[in-house]
Amino acid sequence: MARVVLVGNLVQLTGGVAQFDLPATSVKHLFALLAERHPALAPHLEEGVAVAIDGQIYQDTLLEPIAPDSEVFVMPQIAGG
Amino acid sequence: MPQTNGNGHAVAQTYVGTRTVRPDGVDKVTGRARFGADFSLPGQLVGRVLRSPHAHARIVAIDTSRAEQLPGVKAVVTRDDFPDQSSEFIPAGEMLINYRDVVRNVLAREKVLYEGHPVAAVAATSVAIAKRALKLIDVQYEVLPHVIDVVEAMRPDAPLLHEDLYTAGVEPKPAKPSNVAKRVEISLGDIEAGFAKADVIVEREFTTQPVHQGYIEPHAAVASVSEDGSTEIWCSTQGHFIVRAHCARLLGLDIGKVRVTASEIGGGFGGKTVVYLEPLAVALSKKAKRPVKMVMSREEVFKASGPTSGAHIKVKMGATKDGRFVAGYAELRYQAGAFQGSPVQPGVMCAYAPYDIENVKVIGYDVVSNRPKVAAYRAPGAPISEFAVESVVDELAKKLEIDPVELRLQNAAREGTKAAYGPKFGPIGLVDTLHAVEKTNQYTTPLGEWQGRGVASGFWFNIGGETCASLTVNEDGTVSLMAGTPDIGGLRASLAMVAADELGVPYEKVRPIIGDTGSLGFNFLTGGSRSCFSGAMAIVEAAKEIKADLCARAAKLWDLKADQVEFKDGHVRATGAGADKHTPMSVADFAKVAGKTGGPIGGYGRINAQGAGPSFGTHLVDLEVDPETGRVTILRYTVAQDAGKAIHPSYVEGQYQGGAAQGIGWALNEEYIYGADGKLQNAGFLDYRMPVASDLPMIDAILVEVPNPRHPYGVRGVGETPIVPPMAAIANAIERATGIRFTDLPISPPKVLKALRERGLNHPKNGS
Repeated sequence: MARVVLVGNLVQLTGGVAQFDLPATSVKHLFALLAERHPALAPHLEEGVAVAIDGQIYQDTLLEPIAPDSEVFVMPQIAGG
Repeated sequence: MPQTNGNGHAVAQTYVGTRTVRPDGVDKVTGRARFGADFSLPGQLVGRVLRSPHAHARIVAIDTSRAEQLPGVKAVVTRDDFPDQSSEFIPAGEMLINYRDVVRNVLAREKVLYEGHPVAAVAATSVAIAKRALKLIDVQYEVLPHVIDVVEAMRPDAPLLHEDLYTAGVEPKPAKPSNVAKRVEISLGDIEAGFAKADVIVEREFTTQPVHQGYIEPHAAVASVSEDGSTEIWCSTQGHFIVRAHCARLLGLDIGKVRVTASEIGGGFGGKTVVYLEPLAVALSKKAKRPVKMVMSREEVFKASGPTSGAHIKVKMGATKDGRFVAGYAELRYQAGAFQGSPVQPGVMCAYAPYDIENVKVIGYDVVSNRPKVAAYRAPGAPISEFAVESVVDELAKKLEIDPVELRLQNAAREGTKAAYGPKFGPIGLVDTLHAVEKTNQYTTPLGEWQGRGVASGFWFNIGGETCASLTVNEDGTVSLMAGTPDIGGLRASLAMVAADELGVPYEKVRPIIGDTGSLGFNFLTGGSRSCFSGAMAIVEAAKEIKADLCARAAKLWDLKADQVEFKDGHVRATGAGADKHTPMSVADFAKVAGKTGGPIGGYGRINAQGAGPSFGTHLVDLEVDPETGRVTILRYTVAQDAGKAIHPSYVEGQYQGGAAQGIGWALNEEYIYGADGKLQNAGFLDYRMPVASDLPMIDAILVEVPNPRHPYGVRGVGETPIVPPMAAIANAIERATGIRFTDLPISPPKVLKALRERGLNHPKNGS
């Protein structure tokens, strides 16, 4: 099971639950599992969030694999100037 | 001596890491390079914008009939020429755009929300006629109360900009609309428990003013729409694919029918990631059936393009008496300008990023007010929050009687440190940058009376993103390189060096250009310190395709199996027994027989680059305060920053120096000054004081290189981080020089003088 942590305001959409243990195998799978448990998250995941898998930040990539023992953070997207 | 990088990407580095001559240099120094305003088309019209004279007003009516009747006027556009957009956030590249706001910023609809807000645009046969036409447009306004300051805008009784704006991020949803668009928060550990462990606590409030990127080239665009709807745009932008997306969306065009070419760009720094003139020029050209050229004046740039936010910040930090940070709290209130979308979220995430702190809580508010909508500016959001935190870190150092560099070293984020925003850092170079400034001569140079030394560190995430690039081997063995992100800070040189090393061809034989939107797949813009990082990865992919193709051709030519051929040191070589029967072939050798061995040779890299490595930097400044005038003179300045790997060291140093120079302006002079009427009073470089060369010493740049393990060459983005530390470094140095902690930017001469007078310190340097 991957340990999944929601960062920032996303926690408000899960009734305050910030951490999950989920059998996610990819970012796409992770989003599906999160949306299934907390439908209010779905539009925010679709709008765009960044996902940090074992310390590495990914953006706009649904196919990135997640290992069973990964630590995953779902966080706001990052742009720049 | 050629080197091979240590990231498992075994390519000899002949050019990467050297200081090659820039391929765009001759055109730049001879004046041949074409910037936005240099482009013209036969029969083009002049476009001009009518802007709001009010900070806040309802538009009762717009009558353009008299302007349209003026001889020489070929088109007039208003809000009625742009279909309204629904309020939804839509991915545009990697950005989330609410086109309902974008269409209203391009041309006001129900209300004008800041002085300079566009209300109408005209296309005419001359400047004089266009200007006359603007005066003939009759706009009836119902003037409304306005609000400029971020704290005032948050008050319940503040003039309301948007009647439908309810604060997001709070539960339950507010019953009334307000100017607070969003509340964001991050937390780590237990902040109260952290402060309970602290022996020393410092709590301060800070303000920063909006500052403009100050790009020397104003916004400019030429648009030409043909009778079949095919649209061409030439403009100064950081992202021509983004311009294409925005124009297509705002005007209901097929993306495939819009072709955008980026001109040379005279600076952007984040400010040219949005559209202002381009949709207007397209709409005017479509109506007039002639090309239309639009160029902003400097006054328009100041009044109607986006600076970064001004802010109000509270910071509270706690440390143990031995110098360990145990708690960090902050509240950030960022101005968004007329529409929501300040960079408060990254400001929140970056505030404590340089440090390993167990207990962190940062709250941010995105607040609208009657100013131009903010745009990105290097490391958007981070310089503001990190200025406040780094100032408090310096105060802690003083209270604890610990050297400020040593205190930072004690608490610095390292590989494995859990960032306050969530994940753990990989290999990072903050500690190396702190050690680097410690070792400088500057750090131990004796200081005189009224002189002070300040230090501050900074962080930015960096990003990757969608990127395409192509390499084409020409008949004579030269290589054409095409990238799709505008070259602002040396992209062409850097990518040409990578291509030369990848293919084993001389650097001078690679000619890099920036392709238009019809020439490559989608490219996200030049921003987020991504273009060299991502572009180099795309070039590596394109080169891989070429090398694989050449190996396949060689195997057939030599009657060998595919695994008996390899590309090494710039040549295709046979391997194993009998390899010496076949003369290795270079890329140029293959170019001669390309037609006979399968046709033209080329490779195409198309990626969504991931693996951007964060960059940390530390700045060291020595300065002198004139107690008679309040003027601060920068004496010495050193930037140490982790580049991962500097592809072209001179360009990386240029990024460090440029960021420091802009930060010096932000710290000491730059601010938007509004009158009580809500109008900007200093919309020009004479009154908006940016540093010029004579204000600055040589800025020493130290390249720290902790390779990014996720990049084939170890590259980290470098363009954002250098603007993060200067404000705190300077404020800290002024405190050391005067004993006065300045918390409001800019620390301009009048403010310094007032503070000195209040303390009876404003005597001449000789003390007489």
